Amino acid sequence: MSLRKLFRKVLLFLLTLPVFFFIFFPLLWLLSASLSNQVDLFSVPIHWIPQHPTIQNYMDIFFPGQAASSVPRTFAVALLNSFKIASAVTVICLFIGSLAAYALVRIPFRFNHSMQLGIIATRMIPEISLVLPLFIIAARLQLINRPVVLILTYMSFALPYAIWLMTAYFQTVPIELEDAARLDGCSRLGILFRVVIPISVPGLVSTAMFVFLLAWDEFFYALIFTSTLAAKTVPVAIAEFVGRYAVNVNGMMAGGILAAIPPVLVALIFQRYIVSGMTAGAVKG
Amino acid sequence: MRSLHKISLLLLALLFIIGTVGCAPQQASGPVTIHVLTMDQAGLKPAEIDEIAREFEAKNPDIKVNMEYLGYDFIHDKITTGMAANPPAYDAVMIDVIWPDEFIKAGYLLDVTDRVTPEMKSGMFPASWNGVTRNGKIYGMPWLMDVKYFMYNKDMLEKAGITDPPKTWEELVEQAQAIKDQGIAEFPIIWSWNQKEGVVCDYAVLLYGNGGSFVDASGKPAFNSEQGIQALEWMKQTLDDGLSNPSSVSADEPAVEADFLAGKSAFAVNWLFQYSDSNDASKSQIVGQAAFAPMPVFQAGIDAGVKGSSVDGSSSFAIMATTPYPDQTWKFLTYLASNEVQMKYSKEMLPVWQTDFEGDALKTLEAANPTNPVTVPAFLAQFPYANERPTVPYYNEASAALQLAIQEALTGVKSPKDALDEAAAKWIELAGK
Amino acid sequence: MTVKPKPFRKQRFSLRQQDARTAWLLLFPSLLVMVGVTLWPVISTFILSFLNAPTGLNQTRTFVGLGNYLVMLRDQLFWETVGRTMYFTVVSVGLELILGLAIAQLIHSRPWGWKFLRISLIIPWAVPTIVNGAMWRWIYSADFGALNGLLMQLGLIKHYVPWLTLPNMAMNLVIAADIWHTMPFVALVLQAALATLPEDLEEAAAVDGANAWQRFWQIRMPLLRPAILVALIVRTVDAFRVFDIVYIITSGGPAYKTLTITYLTYLNSFAFGKQGIGAALSFLISAFTIVMALIYIRFLYRPEETQ
Repeated sequence: MSLRKLFRKVLLFLLTLPVFFFIFFPLLWLLSASLSNQVDLFSVPIHWIPQHPTIQNYMDIFFPGQAASSVPRTFAVALLNSFKIASAVTVICLFIGSLAAYALVRIPFRFNHSMQLGIIATRMIPEISLVLPLFIIAARLQLINRPVVLILTYMSFALPYAIWLMTAYFQTVPIELEDAARLDGCSRLGILFRVVIPISVPGLVSTAMFVFLLAWDEFFYALIFTSTLAAKTVPVAIAEFVGRYAVNVNGMMAGGILAAIPPVLVALIFQRYIVSGMTAGAVKG
Repeated sequence: MRSLHKISLLLLALLFIIGTVGCAPQQASGPVTIHVLTMDQAGLKPAEIDEIAREFEAKNPDIKVNMEYLGYDFIHDKITTGMAANPPAYDAVMIDVIWPDEFIKAGYLLDVTDRVTPEMKSGMFPASWNGVTRNGKIYGMPWLMDVKYFMYNKDMLEKAGITDPPKTWEELVEQAQAIKDQGIAEFPIIWSWNQKEGVVCDYAVLLYGNGGSFVDASGKPAFNSEQGIQALEWMKQTLDDGLSNPSSVSADEPAVEADFLAGKSAFAVNWLFQYSDSNDASKSQIVGQAAFAPMPVFQAGIDAGVKGSSVDGSSSFAIMATTPYPDQTWKFLTYLASNEVQMKYSKEMLPVWQTDFEGDALKTLEAANPTNPVTVPAFLAQFPYANERPTVPYYNEASAALQLAIQEALTGVKSPKDALDEAAAKWIELAGK
Repeated sequence: MTVKPKPFRKQRFSLRQQDARTAWLLLFPSLLVMVGVTLWPVISTFILSFLNAPTGLNQTRTFVGLGNYLVMLRDQLFWETVGRTMYFTVVSVGLELILGLAIAQLIHSRPWGWKFLRISLIIPWAVPTIVNGAMWRWIYSADFGALNGLLMQLGLIKHYVPWLTLPNMAMNLVIAADIWHTMPFVALVLQAALATLPEDLEEAAAVDGANAWQRFWQIRMPLLRPAILVALIVRTVDAFRVFDIVYIITSGGPAYKTLTITYLTYLNSFAFGKQGIGAALSFLISAFTIVMALIYIRFLYRPEETQ
């Protein structure tokens, strides 16, 4: 390698260092705080690495009972709720969304175009526009504080999003395959289930991942619609840490790490699908 | 068609998923379950209230109590949204002293005038009933009588060579300066001045301590009077002089406690909960060092005849108007407020029964636990001077305007006079609607 | 894969009609859900925005026509908040675009460890918004935060600074926290787009004597336009409606300096009990975002340049 090339390589590498710092410094600080006790946390000058590292904060969450405040005690339940709700939303959106997406992409019918526009438009509507009427229906149906209310209300943004993503994927399925299946005598639905979906597995996985992350992340509806253990989700639990337990910052940080692990794991495991999902979005425009 | 069957199966599967994952287990018929929402911040701790609930359930096997705890900031909105449901999400809620007017106007609170016994009426502090009575009708059961206390760190004052806590805010400034100069604390005073109700409470203490008031006799805003502006200017001055911790501007009461308990400040104004927490070794680094003193006042206040000043932050339990179980709920509230229960848990929360503060009962109360000999006299000394915030239905919006004004002045965005004048204009506008 | 040919059935419907029927069948579940949880609430809120609707039971709702909208449009706080939200959007999205593009370019030029860099970018994006907010709130803490600690140890400040109480800094700090969280998305989208660009165009230009700068602006950027457009639209629409991160870090303070338009809507609907005004505000937000998206599409979308 010529000196000039080597110089360029080294320079590029050096440029990556600030980016790594930018990404990992806050995360490592979060981790460090979650492994600290009060003394280390509230020390001046700052202890970057806790002098007395402890996993007590995590223990408080997983083995409630000895925990001093009630929020760590209930945090594990919130984690479980988040998981249930995000999974349910993902599964449902994938099912009914893929059906709808296929219809919009392949079947020419009268309202096709306007429906696609409508679905994209729903993305523009802020959650706060929908919350009051949704709350009133949910209340009348006695669904408040039940996980199902979040599952249904999350559909208001998750389903259009899933349909949008999947239409992009289905468009990339070569039409020749579908034509071939049609020649073999497949009905429309047969084509969908036997040809399009098996080929679009990467797209479906990608969509599932995006929807899961979106549902896990959601805060506002969870804040308004739930407060009891039956349905409280992780973002609400974290928000309750802030302010109420100003002293228990280490507990909040441990909770934060635990809250971040599932979505981060999901994203890392399926990371090649992230890129393809974003590309599809770019192509679709 | 086969495909149609497939889709129907899919839909059924979906409904099944929603059904099993979504629905919480159905409540078995039998005991009635009441839902009660309360604050996890001041007053009794959740573990203690849970205990009381279990005791109550043991005595009343046909009633189950489902307690829910939220930080103070969340409760108001939860009540509003909870009441939009039918049946309401809660049967009883804790209401802050500033909410009854708003909630009565919205029709949320059940009139319990006929349920209150004469014994309760005469036994509990009149001030506690005032908080829940409007137009002769009673809308709640007193629960926590709280005021803002002036607490200081004995050890720090000793180290600085100060023998007595300050009696006036001017004295406080001198003492804080001495503590700061000697390097004992960088920012000797910590306040809850963030843009929430807490800043209005702190401001109330100072406003009335300067001889001012929120409204005048005709109900027009009076906090932008000379006294009010001076109080606000004083607040800003302590920030500029480095005596008040600059993070006070974003601190709420739990943050004030965190700071005081970490031994970083010598003076902290807060509700009662800060004292017992200060002696809890798992939270506090200043065990045994906190002490009460009467809330200081301004010299100008003394000249105007003000003997003491604090702000009333009491809370009570109210029954929701649309609850299907008013009787059971009232039973539980009666139990919560009963003398026995209140005496038993007096460490965290002093009883609302004035009878407990007289004669032999007083001795029993003071002996009930180690902190009472300190907290009871402090309460008796401070409570008579508790001032009320305006009892208007639009208080939330009015308070928001005042919070904004104080914050603008403290951060230097506007002058105290301009900020307060604008807030006063907003109050007049709100009153006109 | 072979399918047994179905026995011939008399076609009762034309192919087009059969298609339409299938389409409606496939769409039905989704439509049902969307009408129930999206369309109907939107209409309901729209109607609500024309009423004076104080919170409470048995409250009379009076029709006020455009009254709520007019009250808002005349309110100084409203315009200040719109301005603040615009500031947040422009600065946040702008910086994300610049930084995202820079990092995308960096990854594209394959330095040592570029794969690890790309994977690492996923982590901040996947962290939930509330956790992100709580983390930055602690970093910015006046007494114990990492920002103060770091700056102090680097010798850049002499005393700890109460960052979140500074009226002029608070919004920028919230923006920084938001950028950390969402810039990776922009970077990954742009990097994905860069990876699909044909290299021969640029090589030919290099042979013809164009330098790196010219190649970048005149060849690469136009080809990236669709990807940038998508990132811009998505980020702008989301940034304008920001709520969660403000709620956690500053609750709109100090002195409302970080109050965004969604937060104002929330205050009106819940804290002040004025649902009619809240509904009107949420419609103004929707209208605004739709207009912005349309402007983007109109001015930046050139069909002839897509792949």
